[in-house]
Amino acid sequence: MELLNVYQNSYLIVFVFLCLGVLLPVVALFLGKLLRPHKPSDEKYTTYESGIDPFHDSRVQFNVRYYIFALMFVIFDVETVFLYPWAVAYNKLGIFALIEMLIFVLMLVLGLAYAWKKKVLKWT
Amino acid sequence: MIEDLLQSNPGWANFGIFFLLGAVLLLVVLGFVTYGILAERKVMGYMQLRHGPNQVGGRWGLLQTVADVLKLLLKEDIIPKLADRPLFILAPVIAFAPSFMVLATIPFTDKFQFADIGIGLLYYIAVSGLTTIGVVAGGWASNNKYALLGGMRAAAQMISYEIPLVMSVLGIILLSGSLNLNDIVEAQKHGWYILLQPVAFIIFMIASVAELNRTPFDLPEAENELVAGYHVEYSGFRWAFFMLAEYVYLFAMSALITVIFLGGWLPPLSILGFIPGAVWFSLKFTLVLFIYIWFRVAFPRFRADKLMEFGWKVLLPIALANIFLTALIKTLFFS
Repeated sequence: MELLNVYQNSYLIVFVFLCLGVLLPVVALFLGKLLRPHKPSDEKYTTYESGIDPFHDSRVQFNVRYYIFALMFVIFDVETVFLYPWAVAYNKLGIFALIEMLIFVLMLVLGLAYAWKKKVLKWT
Repeated sequence: MIEDLLQSNPGWANFGIFFLLGAVLLLVVLGFVTYGILAERKVMGYMQLRHGPNQVGGRWGLLQTVADVLKLLLKEDIIPKLADRPLFILAPVIAFAPSFMVLATIPFTDKFQFADIGIGLLYYIAVSGLTTIGVVAGGWASNNKYALLGGMRAAAQMISYEIPLVMSVLGIILLSGSLNLNDIVEAQKHGWYILLQPVAFIIFMIASVAELNRTPFDLPEAENELVAGYHVEYSGFRWAFFMLAEYVYLFAMSALITVIFLGGWLPPLSILGFIPGAVWFSLKFTLVLFIYIWFRVAFPRFRADKLMEFGWKVLLPIALANIFLTALIKTLFFS
């Protein structure tokens, strides 16, 4: 019972912190609204582009490598999802789990080596 | 006190008490940010043979940051006409809220701490990853080329360095066998993890600077190439919340390094145990903070391509090797 209470209270605290984290910007911006001046003019609301009039669409095409890095991130982040429980339970699992995990990580390292060889990691 | 509270029945009364305590912590953190910025400017000033702020608030410039914040509060709020309005308003909140949420699990001393959840470390890493979304959303919503480029760069950098960051911590989890930050501190009674896991510490330190977007890795907001990166279009208090998030993360990251590598509130020698844990925690915390400021003064900015290559080709393989070396040593010699 007590453990359950600690568990519930802890997540209650997390929720409280979330509320505070959202409330602070909301309250501060609301207070600011009462204090700050409001003198709109067309020039103020244009997009900044080093002093010249903005041209073309701002949503420019960007390097495709960003997507590739995002994909790599997903792969290795999922790997850590498997590594974390393994590391926590390592004391009970012993050498067999170590070898198993080594095989799993080696496969991913092969992937990394392949990406390296294919010059995916090079940013040019 | 907090232990009794944690063991009592959860309800609205508890919610109220936690809310008040959380608000106090929020004020403490805001005070830290105020004087952390001042300390940073002062230390940087002296390292560069100048004085730093010394006009507002006496010889030490003690009211400089307060004045800055008040000025920001009085700035006119400008949302560009082309911006994606709802997202533009939401982005600073998305960036800031997680930075405060991560503080919920950090044990400052054995008495002064908030949530005691079993997956404390994982919680920190998972929640801190959410800030990237706020940064990208801010860059996208601004509808500005510089902001978009800065946001994309920030996202690429933050996700790339998150991998070595989470991997380096695995060595510690292997040794302590727990993700709970209290257990991790207890496990350091016989030796801090900076001594047992020096490689992990170095990787974590480098990756955390990149996660914080601080100077050797401050590409997302590189002033002289992207003007200010993802927050070019932000002004006044909306901008302040991006900055605030950055400094609250600095606080959180220094506290986390103190907890997982430097033994938290434990004294370095057991003879020195008569000095309260809060003193030890703040001493170590200040040291880590000083090192972060020192980094900022000492190193020039990385080039964007070198930055990505360094993260994937150097830090990630070393972090992986460190995990298995740790596991192997543990199995062969300590089981």
